[in-house]
Amino acid sequence: MSVLAIAEHRRGELRPVSLEQLAAGRDLADELGSELHTAVIGGDVEAFGAELNREGVDAVHTVDIGEEFNHDVYTQVVTQLATELDPTVLLMPNSVNGLDYAPAVANRLDRPLVTDVVDIDAEDGLTATRELYGSKAETTIDVHADQAAVTIRPAEWPTIEADGDAAIEAFDATIDESAVKSTVKGFEEVGGGDIDITDADVLVSVGRGIEEEENLDIIHDLADALDATVSGSRPLIDNGWLAKDRQVGQSGKVVTPDVYIAVGISGAVQHVAGMKGSDTIVAINTDPNAPIFDIADYGIQDDLFEVVPALIEQFQ
Amino acid sequence: MKILVTVKEVAAVDDEFEIDGLAIDDRYVTADLNEWDEYAVEAAVQIKEAHDDVEVVTATIGPSETDETIRQALAKGADRAIRVWDEALDDAGLLDPETKAEVLAAVAAEEDPDLVLTGVQSADDGFGATGVTLADKLDMEWGAVVNNLDLDLEAGVASVHRELEGGVEELTDIEIPAVLTIQTGINDPRYASLRGIRQAQSKELAEYSLTDIGLDAAGIESPLEQTSLYEPETEGDATVFEGSPEETAAELAELLAEKGVTS
Ligand SMILES: Cc1cc2nc3c(=O)[nH]c(=O)nc-3n(C[C@H](O)[C@H](O)[C@H](O)COP(=O)(O)OP(=O)(O)OC[C@H]3O[C@@H](n4cnc5c(N)ncnc54)[C@H](O)[C@@H]3O)c2cc1C
Repeated sequence: MSVLAIAEHRRGELRPVSLEQLAAGRDLADELGSELHTAVIGGDVEAFGAELNREGVDAVHTVDIGEEFNHDVYTQVVTQLATELDPTVLLMPNSVNGLDYAPAVANRLDRPLVTDVVDIDAEDGLTATRELYGSKAETTIDVHADQAAVTIRPAEWPTIEADGDAAIEAFDATIDESAVKSTVKGFEEVGGGDIDITDADVLVSVGRGIEEEENLDIIHDLADALDATVSGSRPLIDNGWLAKDRQVGQSGKVVTPDVYIAVGISGAVQHVAGMKGSDTIVAINTDPNAPIFDIADYGIQDDLFEVVPALIEQFQ
Repeated sequence: MKILVTVKEVAAVDDEFEIDGLAIDDRYVTADLNEWDEYAVEAAVQIKEAHDDVEVVTATIGPSETDETIRQALAKGADRAIRVWDEALDDAGLLDPETKAEVLAAVAAEEDPDLVLTGVQSADDGFGATGVTLADKLDMEWGAVVNNLDLDLEAGVASVHRELEGGVEELTDIEIPAVLTIQTGINDPRYASLRGIRQAQSKELAEYSLTDIGLDAAGIESPLEQTSLYEPETEGDATVFEGSPEETAAELAELLAEKGVTS
């Protein structure tokens, strides 16, 4: 029995979820009375391996292959590692790249896959907690299998900081090149605008509650009145109502202003990932159950089309 | 060329709702086409419009009540639809990505598509894994979270952008046939025209049982069992301003002034 956590890195840096997995994995390993292994594939594996050697980790497997993530390579390597180590629980990140190989690995290993878990325990069989309907409801799931694959939601577990004394071992994977049918050509930063929202002290952030592009006028008016910058949730950017680099969230920018005013934003996990570090969070939303109120410091549970104009008036 | 698009009806839940056992009480739920699938349908229809001889077929797992939702995809330009349902799927309870992919793979085996488009995830259960599982079952190449697609049919390559975290996109060439999971924002999904809606009524919507697509109903068993459903406890301790919009706005203005926010 063991737990195996697959690390993630991009452009020379280990991503935080790699260390969060070690916290989740250590808890699971304790419940199972087993070892915790972690593995890193590609890039500067020596440096990554040393970084992953944290308290509670029994072994770090380094796979010196390629520079950046390629799902065909990862799928083959992780399948081989898991076949060799035969972990009870195989942990992978519920990141964009995690979702680009974890399902294929689970399929090849013939293991059930539970994605985006926010809590997990192995005390009495494997039980995972997930969210449904955009975080409106939560569910527990019993996994009826001896071995499973799980992807964990980033930023739900603490990172393990203390150094460890794990065995660091190189793992030799054999890659079937004919099965590598994708080629990563490079990376591109999204742009489109003229302003860096990460610099702003005050952000007026607008979501789908605004309904129509024309209605954005009141948001710009509010931002003018507050000497603030306008940012937004994803649907606004998808609609082309705001430039791409005004998007706050997992796939947008991470912002930490003094004041973040979320107007008509539900607070989906991918949005919250980009703004939860703001000093003071204010939410204006008609839905008192909107998840945004879970992280807001101040809230107005009312119609933005009434509150925003009244607020603008206060500053005139 | 044939494009298979998986489309799903999802449940949209009202602001206030009640839970009845392991489900949200029907009174608080409205059915809708999964947001991510709308973008996948649009991507397929745009390819059809740009090339000759492209057929767009949708595939759905769901009971007959989902027909109305599927017709939305037909109204937006898909040529025909396939829906698979079986009591065994109803009995299986929570369908895990593998079970869904198994059913969709059986449909794909019949249809033999050159390209399969799925949504990145569904808005209700949010597994985000069916597309890639399906690709692996079909022994096809894949790409997850695609927000830009450029298809070179002659070279047999889909050049895609995969949207990573933090405003970074990965540029990747993917050999087709492939399964791509489509992210919102890749295009601007059209509204169904009146003509499209009328035409959709006469388009083929085939219903299959598991046996029809060569699967054994007895073999359908989800390894995942949902054991509870509840409203998450609010962790928040937000100060909620009470009163009319004028009153709450005044309180917020005072707070903002205290925080040094003024024009
Ligand atoms: C891989 C991936 C990456 C993603 N990355 C991001 C990201 O970086 N950033 C991001 O934001 N999202 C991201 N998303 C999308 C995310 O899941 C949500 O869909 C999105 O954040 C929802 O935006 P919203 O809150 O504006 O819209 P909704 O969820 O539709 O919420 C609208 C809110 O407005 C409220 N409202 C409606 N009318 C009014 C009114 N008159 N007055 C006041 N309130 C009103 C409603 O009660 C509701 O809470 C990502 C999704 C995926 C799958």
